[in-house]
Amino acid sequence: MVLTRTPVRPPAPAAAGIAATQARRGLGLLVCLGVLALVCLLSVALGTRTVSPGVVWDAFFHFTDTDDQSIVRDLRVPRTALGLLAGVAFGLSGAVIQAVTRNPLADTQILGINAGAGLFVVFAVGVLGLTSLAQYLWFGFAGVAFALTLVYLLGSAGRGGATPIRLTLAGVALGAVMDGISGGIRLVRPRAFDYLRFWDVGSLAGRPLEVAATILPFVLAGAALALVVARSLNAVALGDDLARTLGARVGRTRVLATVSVMLLAGAATAAVGPIGFVGLMVPHVVRWIVGPDQRWIFGYTVVCGPVLLLLADIAGRLVVRPGELRVGVVTAFLGAPVLIWWVRRARVSGL
Amino acid sequence: MSVDFGRRVLVVRPHRGVSGRLSVRPALVCLALLLAALATGVLALGAGEFTLTPSEVLGALAGEGTRAARLVVVEWRLPRVLLALVIGAALGLAGAVFQALTGNPLGSPDVIGFGTGAYTGVLVVTVLAGNGYYLVAAGALAGGLATAAVVYLLAHRRGVPGFRLIIVGIAVSAMLASVNQWFIVTVDLQAAFAAMLWGQGSLNGLGWAQVTPVVVTVGALGLLLIGYGPRLSLLEMGEDAAAALGVRVNRTRLAYLVIGVALTAVATAAAGPISFVALAAPQLAQRLTRTPGIALLPSAAMGACLLMISDFLAQRAFAPTQLPVGVVTVSVGGLYFVWLLVRQARR
Repeated sequence: MVLTRTPVRPPAPAAAGIAATQARRGLGLLVCLGVLALVCLLSVALGTRTVSPGVVWDAFFHFTDTDDQSIVRDLRVPRTALGLLAGVAFGLSGAVIQAVTRNPLADTQILGINAGAGLFVVFAVGVLGLTSLAQYLWFGFAGVAFALTLVYLLGSAGRGGATPIRLTLAGVALGAVMDGISGGIRLVRPRAFDYLRFWDVGSLAGRPLEVAATILPFVLAGAALALVVARSLNAVALGDDLARTLGARVGRTRVLATVSVMLLAGAATAAVGPIGFVGLMVPHVVRWIVGPDQRWIFGYTVVCGPVLLLLADIAGRLVVRPGELRVGVVTAFLGAPVLIWWVRRARVSGL
Repeated sequence: MSVDFGRRVLVVRPHRGVSGRLSVRPALVCLALLLAALATGVLALGAGEFTLTPSEVLGALAGEGTRAARLVVVEWRLPRVLLALVIGAALGLAGAVFQALTGNPLGSPDVIGFGTGAYTGVLVVTVLAGNGYYLVAAGALAGGLATAAVVYLLAHRRGVPGFRLIIVGIAVSAMLASVNQWFIVTVDLQAAFAAMLWGQGSLNGLGWAQVTPVVVTVGALGLLLIGYGPRLSLLEMGEDAAAALGVRVNRTRLAYLVIGVALTAVATAAAGPISFVALAAPQLAQRLTRTPGIALLPSAAMGACLLMISDFLAQRAFAPTQLPVGVVTVSVGGLYFVWLLVRQARR
């Protein structure tokens, strides 16, 4: 009997990341939380009109209805709250998609998911005439599910399955189509155009606190779901067969993770419009710090997503004073180089 | 003695010593596409607030009919139809040149960030100098060229595989879109508004003033392409083969690149970035004509036909609202892009 031996390769050195021990990762998370708190404070204080920290303090605890205090309470706080939620949602949804599709290029913008949510929201507002966020939020969810399914089906059609490149291309193509259609609807229905001008720009500004309150339960549910499946996603990262051998329920994990993406990306897109590249950048940087364990990646992303988004928002307020750059524009400018860096370094086969 | 080319070929000898081969199928396809484009053009000339029947339109074009009909058809609607045809042909040609040079069905000017770059160029020029046609054209050309060069260089690392070109194109376009947004926020309202109108990619509001420069430039570039003869299909066979067949590869490729960029720039300067026509036209033409490589003339005819029909749809589908033609081409062309992906995956 002839035995064939597969040559045993020495295991690749585990990419543990910069913070190699659990203790250091925990400490890092605390540092990130501190940074987040600082960024929140900056976001409340800085802008077209800079407010001193003392006034911010008074606005919360000794409210006397001066102009500066009103700015803080009525404009900056809702904006910061929304930025926090949207940052968590976009960052975490990016991390979850990257884990599920095992595709480092995944991002809600690149995979056309934002465009899908946008299309459904535009349809709801323009054609069905809905005007309250609580109503068209559901269309955001449906749009995400629709886009995700379509992109995945298209990307995995044919032999070879869903390679990162093919998924990306499918996402870009479908995203272009869906953006084109929503652009058409918007021009045909001037009422929708007028209403969506504010929604469309991917901006945190000018939205009341109720918007943040409406999406809060959905973002929390999505985040909780993501953290629950993180362990199983670690197994899925090894490949479907191995994951099954290790006792992970691959199908159930995928479905739960997809539902989580739906809740996160759908709620955030419906509330603030499409903001891209946060979900691409944050998990990459985080993976570099904590290594490949999804539980740590998700935990860090929950904290670092809002840090990035709020910083981008603050930068958008400061660079063109007294005007403002919408936050989606700033994140795109920061995120695109990451994409270029990734395709230049990766060894991937051509189309 | 006749050579079997594997397809039906007509040998034309109009004069002693002058002869040419005419492949039957491509010629028929070109003819059919042109007829379809012209028929749509006649419909477009007749449609609108002041509706005319096709025979009235033809009459007005021939100089007959009422004065009002002639005014509407010749002065108001004809420039738009002519420009749709010529710009469509220019985009089809540019796409064919780029795809043949990169040897990739996805290598088209809009994929590699030309449109967004041209938009940036136009914004810069509008802000600094104002918006005459030639200024805008120069800005679009410079911006588009610079962007295409940057994308190509960033994607170049031991060759330029198609996917890397596309992803770098997406990334650079995203960055430039941010820059454009920054410009629109910072500059004064009027300049920003003019640039934004242009950026939608629309044939609305083009008149006779734009027809002459566009037709002359596109015509000249087309003649240049004809002058270069079959070198493009030789290049498509690979550098070595082309060199062996007597083509100076580098010089010829550079010439084609310049022509392709110039064609795109002329079209973009006049109508704004109209995406996906350059991507789809050469491939669709190739499928219809069943030529072995990318053919220039059928691509041009297909581009003219596509843009004419898209513009007619954009004008009439939701009348009285006029969509920018860019919205239509992005939807239709994107679907084509999807189909291309699926088909490549099947292989």
